[in-house]
Amino acid sequence: MKIVIDREDKKVTYKVPFKSTTLLKALYHIKNYQDPTLTFSSNCRSGVCGECAVRVNGKEVLACSTKINSGEEILVSPLRYHKIQRDLKVDRKEPQKRLKSATSWLKISKEVTIGISDVGESEKQSDCILCSSCYSACPVLEVNSNFIGPFALTRAYRYIADPRESNIKETIDNIQNSGIWDCTLCGECTAVCPQNIDPKMDIIKLRTLSAQFGYSDPNFISMSFGSF
Amino acid sequence: MIDILIIGSGGAGLTAGLEAKEKGAKVLIVGKGYVTSSQTSMAQGGINSALGNITEDSINAHIEDTLKSAHGLANIDMVEKMCNNAPKTIEWLDKIGVPFDRVEEGKIAQRQLGGASSKRACYAQDYTGLKILHTLYDNCLKNGMEIVEEHFLLNLVVEKGVVLGATFLDIASGEVKQILAKKTIIATGGYGAIYKNYTTNANASTGDGIASVLRAGGRVSNMEFVQFHPTALKHSSVLISESARGEGGYLVNSKGERFTDELLPRDIVARAIYSQIKSGEDVFLDLKHFGEEKLLKLMPQEVHLCKIYEDINPALELIPIKPVAHYTMGGIEVNSNLEVDGLKNCYAVGECSNAKIHGANRLGGNSLLEIIALGQFVGEEASKDLDKISIKETNTQLKKDMEFIESLFEEYPFSQNFYQIENNLGEKFYKYAGIVRDNNSLNNLLNKIRVIKASIDNMGITDKSKEHNSNLVNFLEFLNILDIGEIVVESALIRDESRGGHYKEAYPSEDKIYKANSIFWIEDSIIKSKFQKV
Repeated sequence: MKIVIDREDKKVTYKVPFKSTTLLKALYHIKNYQDPTLTFSSNCRSGVCGECAVRVNGKEVLACSTKINSGEEILVSPLRYHKIQRDLKVDRKEPQKRLKSATSWLKISKEVTIGISDVGESEKQSDCILCSSCYSACPVLEVNSNFIGPFALTRAYRYIADPRESNIKETIDNIQNSGIWDCTLCGECTAVCPQNIDPKMDIIKLRTLSAQFGYSDPNFISMSFGSF
Repeated sequence: MIDILIIGSGGAGLTAGLEAKEKGAKVLIVGKGYVTSSQTSMAQGGINSALGNITEDSINAHIEDTLKSAHGLANIDMVEKMCNNAPKTIEWLDKIGVPFDRVEEGKIAQRQLGGASSKRACYAQDYTGLKILHTLYDNCLKNGMEIVEEHFLLNLVVEKGVVLGATFLDIASGEVKQILAKKTIIATGGYGAIYKNYTTNANASTGDGIASVLRAGGRVSNMEFVQFHPTALKHSSVLISESARGEGGYLVNSKGERFTDELLPRDIVARAIYSQIKSGEDVFLDLKHFGEEKLLKLMPQEVHLCKIYEDINPALELIPIKPVAHYTMGGIEVNSNLEVDGLKNCYAVGECSNAKIHGANRLGGNSLLEIIALGQFVGEEASKDLDKISIKETNTQLKKDMEFIESLFEEYPFSQNFYQIENNLGEKFYKYAGIVRDNNSLNNLLNKIRVIKASIDNMGITDKSKEHNSNLVNFLEFLNILDIGEIVVESALIRDESRGGHYKEAYPSEDKIYKANSIFWIEDSIIKSKFQKV
């Protein structure tokens, strides 16, 4: 099986002795037996630590959860919109700072009875493993590097939807600038999430909630002014 | 100036940090990876607390179950401390935002895990560890916790038996750095990764903190006790949570026969499976009777994992499994305040420590409880009397470690590939220091480890880049694996009995002579040991 890896300024082809395997296993085989300088991140090998997100043929995937077969063309590249540290290893610290901008945590926790359906409301969102796949897939980040991005907004929604939260407004306030209104609702984030989370839908819900707090789409306002 | 340096950024480290910060201490948490990639994220089944939300339960029953599973090697006071605190621990996690599953009247849902006399494990689907860890992380961001990521622990900085901080390799820059603090908490996790390719653990579980304590002259204990999880996927060693059996899954052999009570403690079930496999049977987990809808609701992660790693749909097919290393009960020897034996101003918490909670075998659902309950406890303990300690400037260890790291960049090429040796050793640990042990094989394995150690100069790093050198990190981890593996085998050798996770065919029952903790330390480069009666 052949794998091409995007290593900074050059594409390097490796041959690994498998007919079918996970991409991560192939990467380890290369590192252990062919080229110890190949650099990538991984830890849990089972899809929960979020370390091994890369792009295969342009699409964001977890290397540990991606089956590859001989005969397929496989080009592995690092995530986009992250500083490439080396080969497939990227700096996820910078994008994770968006969690601070979005203030995605429980602000003031109140005592409340939580029902089964309440848990369901944010169950999927709290499955997030912070792999940054959605961030890499988001076309807005290509033109607007300040955009809070999908995972931080999903996490903001996760706490807003939590019945324990008694200060929804503060989070809503914090996701207005470079936040929910900058999203184009293209759904690329949803398409690549390994946990089947739907950040696009979360952003739509956050827009509806924002409207209830008196916010409106700033693009819409400027557009209407622009037309006169 | 830092009051408390916490090494390790999993559930134990973050909890200790949050508690210490709350108490007013200046805290720095340093981890070798990203916070949310720690081993804690992999805990699935649940966190124990005798809330009695589903079935009748009591704290005494929780204590009794824990002690029973520990086979005489737990400290009753420590177990009581943890179990008594469990309801408060859950209350705290609930307050800070952990999205536990609920039952109709709004109470936290609880499920049955093996060895428990009641439905005691609170859970968030099969993502309990993941959701606890991420919620802790969110709270650290909220509280402005100082966290340094991608720093690999090299050594504790020790003068006259007092820990003054630690040295680290900054993985990004390749620089060796020293961080001094009044007190140090080690929360670096277990050593399951010595069983490479035969463990459910993350690759990073190489016992770095335990190895650093050994090098610093501190003591470790009960390192022979390793828990083998009955149900890992056959071809990838990826964990299928105990909740699969707790919810009613069956274990069957190639003939489709059930051969054990699935809810017995993990060591017994693991041995039952191992003996089936040894007799030529394949063993499967059968979840077909759940139906797809129920499976997806209860264990979405398991369904996903089965599809990726075994190419099967568990709603329709049997899941091929084998038992693999899952949790390491042994660790840094600590007293009831979690202070490290032999070192001052230094604590250890979580899987890296032996707090005498799990004894010879851990009960499912008690590891998440330990890291949170004792994480809070150690955070509070370490925050006491900080004003009586002043930070002492030193750079002796730093210089040594700088020279050592520099020396690794010098030679090339090497006649031996350490990755190959590590992979090979992982299999050997599984076979000879695994579920069933015998002294002959253990002695052979010990010799093998010593031969590898003696020829370490023939191995090293091929990658000579300074920045982001994972080849270097892997080599340093390999050195820790060798140090720890040697002690695991030595500990297994001197315990001629069977107890909990440690089983010798020639000595199949418990022997009261060994109702004792095996303590190991290094003195003048020689490994020393003793048994300390419980």
